Amino acid sequence: MSEPEPADESTGLPVVSTWRRVYSLVVLAFFVMVAAMVILERMYP
Amino acid sequence: MNALDYAVLLSTMLGIAAFGIWRTRGKRDLRTYLQGAGNTKWFVIGLSVMATQASAVTFLSTPGQGYQDGLGFVQNYFGAPFALIVISVFFLPIYRKLNVYTAYEFLGRRFDTKTRLLGAALFLLQRGISAGITIYAPAIVLSTVFGWRLDLTILLSGLVVIVYTVCGGSDAVTVTQKYQIGVIFAGMIAAFCVLLAKLPAWLSFSDALTVAGGMHRLNAVDFSVSPKPRYTFWSGLIGGMFLALAYFGTDQSQVQRYISGASLRESRLGLMFNAVCKIPMQLFILLLGVMLFVFYQIQPPPIVFNQSAWNAKLQSDADHHLENLQWQFGEIQGEKRQLIRAWLNARHTSGEIKARDKVLAVSAEAEKLQTDAKKEIGGKANEADYVFITFILKYLPHGLIGLLVAAFFAAALSSKAAELNALASTTTVDLYRHLVRRDATDAHYVVASKCFTVFWGLVALSFAMFANMVENLIQAANIVGSVFYGVPLALFLVAFFIPFVGGDEIFGSAIISQALVIVLYFKLSISYLWYNLIGCAACVLLSIVFRILFGGSSSRQALSTSI
Repeated sequence: MSEPEPADESTGLPVVSTWRRVYSLVVLAFFVMVAAMVILERMYP
Repeated sequence: MNALDYAVLLSTMLGIAAFGIWRTRGKRDLRTYLQGAGNTKWFVIGLSVMATQASAVTFLSTPGQGYQDGLGFVQNYFGAPFALIVISVFFLPIYRKLNVYTAYEFLGRRFDTKTRLLGAALFLLQRGISAGITIYAPAIVLSTVFGWRLDLTILLSGLVVIVYTVCGGSDAVTVTQKYQIGVIFAGMIAAFCVLLAKLPAWLSFSDALTVAGGMHRLNAVDFSVSPKPRYTFWSGLIGGMFLALAYFGTDQSQVQRYISGASLRESRLGLMFNAVCKIPMQLFILLLGVMLFVFYQIQPPPIVFNQSAWNAKLQSDADHHLENLQWQFGEIQGEKRQLIRAWLNARHTSGEIKARDKVLAVSAEAEKLQTDAKKEIGGKANEADYVFITFILKYLPHGLIGLLVAAFFAAALSSKAAELNALASTTTVDLYRHLVRRDATDAHYVVASKCFTVFWGLVALSFAMFANMVENLIQAANIVGSVFYGVPLALFLVAFFIPFVGGDEIFGSAIISQALVIVLYFKLSISYLWYNLIGCAACVLLSIVFRILFGGSSSRQALSTSI
């Protein structure tokens, strides 16, 4: 950890190969979860 | 609890602790003791961050929160994914590049010593108080299970955590947390399955959701823009984001967990793991509480869940008033059970609404009796905190009871050990090494850090003695965090993003803003989550105003221009 680290732009993951894609996926997952909770609430009023 | 439960409990806890000490044997330089070995993989970081936040309070009190108020509490975590992204993009690379032991070292390098000390002091103050609350939670479990005195139980469980943390240090905390969180989830999932299996044959999972929804327990998202409701989409998203930003980004107990990653990539992935998993995890625990609520609409619940206090009061019930309350409550519960069945049979017919309203009316009567009963025992702790443990002890099979109690212990141990370790690190690095002994050996600082671990453990124990006067535990922990997190967050945000503000301006504005938040907390009745935003915004704005008015002094120092 004592050496300066290189600009680490690659995630090393398949499909989500850049951090921007990872963050977009996280935001998308959040809205999907909120939508699921709203649907659950409407299904069982 | 029988012999099987004790065997499961002891073997699980001793096994994990022994493994942690064995895995970290012989690693006793200061960096390893305070920060871990620096080779941690993302999955371990992710679980460690999760385990540090998910204390015994989470698993004991959150189901009670779901039982009492439904799913709405999940909104508290809506800001977390966004906060974790901000930390991953901006905070993490700088912490790693500066190679700091504590987050407050960065403040010292960016501003000056007094700002570093202020950041460290605010952390120590709020985390010391919160630590008391998180020791109190498992003590409730133990005192209920073993019938011990609560104050003695607090002392005993607190001392166990202190010894474990002093022996292990940061590396042991990280190494063992993945197993502890495994035990926790195994226990919670098992409890959920047993709960569903115990529902009567005529009540399917869908029926249970119908009952929960009809009785206002599935209202997860409230889009109201009023600042007064405690949990709304907006308070969770905005206030919760500031709370999460402060907690994950500036609280040493969390920073310490993810800066030990083997690389920037591993640390980032560990944070993103939490960004995705945090909300579903909380939702699952709250849903467990909601299902407990449905279960206790069908099965007879005790009139109060704090049964030891109730039974003690019954002993002196000369005029049989309490017995009478209990009898009336039993009658109403029986009636409610029949009405719920009638309601479910009337679904999709014109009589459905009327049938549901009858259930709600009887439910209100039952709740009134419960309120009367609670007044009679003058309960100090919130009833909701006893709901889950009461279910575990009465309805779970032996062996599983031991596993669930082990899960509470694991949660207590993992979060408390991380907190004490962080408190000791901050005291050693930011106060002791900086102000008292600058040039001592590593061995000296490790001993000092162990002494500070003991000191903070004792402080936390003292606060734990007073924790039984607060409302629901999980809320209390978040309220303390919200009052003291906004200003430290502002210190870091100004450090990162406003280069022309110097140490004198930010220090003065931080003191004024913290005083303002404390005054407002006692004067206003708004959702506590907003205090994160108020404290942070006030501090940032004041620091800019001070800079414009008074100018001069140090602005961004040479170090930060190289970041």
